[in-house]
Amino acid sequence: MKYLCLVWCKEGTFESLSKDEQEQLDRNSLEYDQDLERRGHMIAAEALQPPANSVVVRVRQAEVSVTDGPFAESKEQIAGFILVEAKDLNEAIRIAAGIPLARLGSIEVRPIYDFGNGS
Amino acid sequence: MQKLIDEIYRSQSRKVLATLIRLLGDFDRAEEALHDAFVEAARTWPRDGAPSNPSAWLVSTGRFRAIDHMRRRSRFDVRAKDVEDSLYPAAEAEASTVDVIEDDMLRLIFTCCHPLIPADAQIALALREVCGLTTEEIAHAFLVPAPTVAQRIVRAKSRIRSAAIPYEVPDESELPDRLQRVLHVIYLVFNEGYSASSGVEFIRADLTAEAIRLCRTLLALLPDAEISGLLALMLLQESRRTARRGLSGEIVLLADQDRSLWNQSMIKEGFTLIETAFRSKTVGYYTLQAAIAAEHARARTAEETNWRRIVECYDLVLRAWPSPIVELNRSVAVAMSKGPAAGLEIVEALLSRGELRNYHLAHAARADFLRRLRRFAEARLAYQAALDLCRQEPERAFIRKRMAEIPSDGETSGGESQRCGRS
Repeated sequence: MKYLCLVWCKEGTFESLSKDEQEQLDRNSLEYDQDLERRGHMIAAEALQPPANSVVVRVRQAEVSVTDGPFAESKEQIAGFILVEAKDLNEAIRIAAGIPLARLGSIEVRPIYDFGNGS
Repeated sequence: MQKLIDEIYRSQSRKVLATLIRLLGDFDRAEEALHDAFVEAARTWPRDGAPSNPSAWLVSTGRFRAIDHMRRRSRFDVRAKDVEDSLYPAAEAEASTVDVIEDDMLRLIFTCCHPLIPADAQIALALREVCGLTTEEIAHAFLVPAPTVAQRIVRAKSRIRSAAIPYEVPDESELPDRLQRVLHVIYLVFNEGYSASSGVEFIRADLTAEAIRLCRTLLALLPDAEISGLLALMLLQESRRTARRGLSGEIVLLADQDRSLWNQSMIKEGFTLIETAFRSKTVGYYTLQAAIAAEHARARTAEETNWRRIVECYDLVLRAWPSPIVELNRSVAVAMSKGPAAGLEIVEALLSRGELRNYHLAHAARADFLRRLRRFAEARLAYQAALDLCRQEPERAFIRKRMAEIPSDGETSGGESQRCGRS
């Protein structure tokens, strides 16, 4: 099964850390990604730029509108994601609990629909 | 080679996990180590060939990986360093005991069914850790959302940590009680598969098979009369699985089943197990229930059933383990041997005590007795009460069918066959 681990953080969490703490978090995150890679869990992982750099696109009556949208104002932001392969939800939870950012923010574990084998 | 590794995963991964939990002192760390060991196997076995003792190889590889991993992490994390310090000497000292695997399975079973873990979590934990089902499979089988099962499992594991539940087989003074609890968990799993409490399917073969497998494992590790009794009971009930379901998935009652469909090898094994259990002189609850199931299995036709003997068995069960459900089952046997009026008397006394007032099968049994006594108006009301309480679709369909078969008031129709009881 595939699971998307969404990393939610309060805006400014990373900036509030000292330089040393930031570097350590980076190192730990990189190390953890490599761990997941080695164990065959890793499918993809990316860190996202802050929502201030994002836009929201909608199409209504064939009109495209682009705004900075309501998401920019919410306190919790998606800071990144890791798409993992795991045996089941509890293994995905174990993997999510190991993500270094789980100690600062929270990880939402979302199962991916599997249309391949009907389960 | 991948086929061999898959096969070893199926047959050995639970035992390897059980040993890794002992060596590493933690469920999650052991699960990670098990995963790492199989990743390593997939990498090196095709090149070097499979080891002569795969499970010992997996245990030592998993343990080594876990320690190596903790070391690397301790460079960054002070708390991980503490964990490693406490873990490493113990793991070193145990280095020569990687092959003591059978006892670890028992430790795992008893730990998953520990009384300090909530009952629903015991079931989820046993199915996932001992039987190897996924969280999603367990959720599907019990018709609860996967996050609910996942949280039960996470909480159960943290309970094991926080309450420092020891990873061990209970000593002799505790063993009988703890074993009863394990058997209870196994039978709950079986029952959910044998007669699902809700939903569109009334039999879930995967759960009955897992319960039987788990009981077999337990019996192989710990010869005990009651384990034999429970295994016999489940096999005898399972032997009727094909016959219990009609062509369109409807329920077929015991009296109407095609007995040639009953699985004779399961019945034979059940008989042998009961004999073994009776020889031990301490006849337990499950052994007596198995003896009742055996009476049904012995009868070549429904008419040949020795109902008197079944009532006697129920009397024995009730004397030692009083229970309204057993009284209800006994009322059905009494009705078969002495007539529906005798059964009705028992079930009405039971209902008036209030304990089974919300149990649809009590109302269904009462309705059946009334129908056979040709008190049709009352029977219809009782079936309606059963229907209102029943959440499982095939059982509901069955009750509706029974209601439709009742002749209109005042009429008496002949030739009603006598049917009752659970299938």
